[in-house]
Amino acid sequence: MTQPVSPPRDSSTDKVPQAQPPAWRGLLFRADVRTLSLLGVLAALILIGGITKPDEFLDTRNLQLVLTQASVIGVVTVGMTFVIVSGGIDLSVGAIVALASVWATTVATQEYGFAGILFTAVVVGVGCGLVNGVLIAYGAMVPFIATLAMLASARGLALQITDGKTQIVTVPSVLDLGERDAYVLGIPPLVMVFAVVTVIGWLVLNRTTFGRRTVAVGGNPEAARLAGIDVRRQRLYLYLLSGLCCGIAAFLLIVLSGSGQNTNGNLYELDAIAAAIIGGTLLTGGRGTITGSVLGVLIFTTITNIFALNNLQSDVQQIAKGAIIVAAVLVQRRTASTT
Amino acid sequence: MAPEPPLLSMSGTTKSFPGVRALDGVDLDVLAGEVHCLLGQNGAGKSTLIKVLAGAHQPDTGTIRWRGEDVTLRSPIAAMRLGIATIYQELDLVEHLSVAENVHLGHEPTAAGFVVRGKAAKESTAALLKRLGHAEIDPGRLVGELSAAQQQIVSMARALSHDVRLIVMDEPSAALDPDEVDNLFRIVGDLTAAGVAVVYISHRLEEIRRIGDRVTVLKDGRAVANGLPAKSTPTREVVALMTGRNVEYVFPDRPDSPPAAEPVLKVQGLSRQGEFETLDLDVRPGEIVGLAGLVGSGRSEILETVYGARKPTTGQVLVDGRPLKPGSVRAAVRAGLGLAPEERKAQALLMLESVTRNVSVSSMSRFSRGGWIDRGAELGAARAATRELSLRPDNPSVPVRTLSGGNQQKAVLARWLLRGCKVLLLDEPTRGVDVGARAELYAVIRRLADEGLAVLLVSSEVPEVLGLADRVLVLREGRVVHTAPARELDEHRVLDLVMEGSPAS
Repeated sequence: MTQPVSPPRDSSTDKVPQAQPPAWRGLLFRADVRTLSLLGVLAALILIGGITKPDEFLDTRNLQLVLTQASVIGVVTVGMTFVIVSGGIDLSVGAIVALASVWATTVATQEYGFAGILFTAVVVGVGCGLVNGVLIAYGAMVPFIATLAMLASARGLALQITDGKTQIVTVPSVLDLGERDAYVLGIPPLVMVFAVVTVIGWLVLNRTTFGRRTVAVGGNPEAARLAGIDVRRQRLYLYLLSGLCCGIAAFLLIVLSGSGQNTNGNLYELDAIAAAIIGGTLLTGGRGTITGSVLGVLIFTTITNIFALNNLQSDVQQIAKGAIIVAAVLVQRRTASTT
Repeated sequence: MAPEPPLLSMSGTTKSFPGVRALDGVDLDVLAGEVHCLLGQNGAGKSTLIKVLAGAHQPDTGTIRWRGEDVTLRSPIAAMRLGIATIYQELDLVEHLSVAENVHLGHEPTAAGFVVRGKAAKESTAALLKRLGHAEIDPGRLVGELSAAQQQIVSMARALSHDVRLIVMDEPSAALDPDEVDNLFRIVGDLTAAGVAVVYISHRLEEIRRIGDRVTVLKDGRAVANGLPAKSTPTREVVALMTGRNVEYVFPDRPDSPPAAEPVLKVQGLSRQGEFETLDLDVRPGEIVGLAGLVGSGRSEILETVYGARKPTTGQVLVDGRPLKPGSVRAAVRAGLGLAPEERKAQALLMLESVTRNVSVSSMSRFSRGGWIDRGAELGAARAATRELSLRPDNPSVPVRTLSGGNQQKAVLARWLLRGCKVLLLDEPTRGVDVGARAELYAVIRRLADEGLAVLLVSSEVPEVLGLADRVLVLREGRVVHTAPARELDEHRVLDLVMEGSPAS
């Protein structure tokens, strides 16, 4: 292409390409290092579990249990990761799980059987997400406050529905899903749901326009707006997505526990945020991976399991979790600051 | 030879970051009471050098002598204790604290060791502000309520609240109006008269002529010239040192006859209360229309309102004869408008992302089906768009933050090129772009116009508007005071129009 004026070659920009490839490769390498180090931690935990309790820990049933426990919080964490990548936060996930699980297990709902329970759990989750999303996206409320308000009200409503009582599930098809007979090739259905949610989450974040918009809104909302992205609508969708994940998680929890309780999902918000953060998601938005978050969930669940097998109290577990969060962030800070 | 050692003497300073040698054996001597100018293109190493001076970066090798003694600047506090203060371009003030609290942050006057003596702090702050010629700033006001220029004064007062011998100023005039720049220069003069040394960084060569004593030029992490006389070294020579080439402003030829097509962009009676009033303008395909005016004349506000990022009080914007929904960026983008905003990093770029993703962000639907992105097609289109603008490096997978200012701007232009926009709104297109890279950017903008784009250009640099635009609208306090073909205007005429009747003249 001929140009009216031949562009004067800038020697300083000409030099840039020489410096570029290493920096670029460094970035790729770092991303790998993060995933590898999480895998390393997980491997070390499995080793510790295998050494301290060789028979119990590596038992198939125990591994199935660990993965099943990871499934519920894992699905919530996938939704949370999207919200955090977009620069937001959802403190209401635990409360939404509780509300969805009790609403879906009322006597009236159970009359509609399997479909009624699943449908109600998902609709309640999405409905709460809608309220969060509208308040945040169109009411210009700070996500922290809007979802904190949702946390309080959803828990309150869950208590009101149950009056503090455990609602036992009597629908056989729902309960059967948690039985060993339903396992396919030794994999519990709940774990399969978690796997499917993870894969879809990964694809949506990495391969779709929705994922790109999420990253853009989190990385620089003003630039996203001026690039023609509907930032508010995107925010609304993200809280809907988080609500949807909570609804799915509530259903998994109903299957797992055979009941609905207003105390379900207690402190899930903290577990999900912690898993996303040790997985490398920036709390300020703009960067995060589903792979990292899921590894974070698996690490936490494995720790809990190992501690329980070794008869260590939950207070020790909590302290260990706190230490891991700090260590993970410190390691990430170090790898990031080498740029 | 010299009887008195330099106040500061850095030699052989080297600093590497992964993949980049930011400083490569730099020497710098600063004498007491001089204004020592630091010149260089973006990425030449200026900011790394001043961060070393401020104690924010530790050099890999090299020695620093301060008043004849070897020192290590281990931290910003260590540098401050020696009497080195730095005023960064991005001001480091706490918005929710008062002026006095900011000035004394970290060394508050106290009683009994911990009770802050607020009144004493206010009094000494008031004295400092008076010395800086800004007695009108109330020490009790919150910094967040002040203008950018006033905040800079506060930053300077903070530097002076220490026993300072060397002040580093990083592009202090960038956010200032001409009369504020005059005040800044007066302050610099007072400081040097009192024996304080000033290291002054600026892109504006004429400022360096006015106040500089000596100039050190950095290029690619090396000092290519040390201590040149600031007043007598020819501009051509300084530019040649910075760029390795003899250009300052090279503007592409403009077509002889104005394009005859119907205007693609029409602005009719557009107003925003307190910003600008009843603006009318047309831009035809192939035409570059420039808006010239001082800071505060409403330039950027006009562009952002045309683009829908601000809602007009009255008036309308038409593209191809159809009115746009007011206050909607999405409507503007859909109609074919594209904006390259003034603050590239804050308003346009996704700094954590690759060039490709920055370029494709406004046209994702073109590479996706049902929301599913075809990444091969995306990369190919991004590569084609960035190649057409000769963006370097020629690899759209690199993170956009590793690009130079000029190439970042090209990434923004490539975004709109890819989108296929009809009207390009350019707000300060060469801000933060090296002198050497500007000519290339000008050529790109003219070529886009030649290919049929309508361009509306805003710039605070009058020569840029005059050199690049076909038609110029001169703005003063939110009103168009003159419209003429660019070739019928010159810099003096425009400045007269801009200044006329304003209190500064």
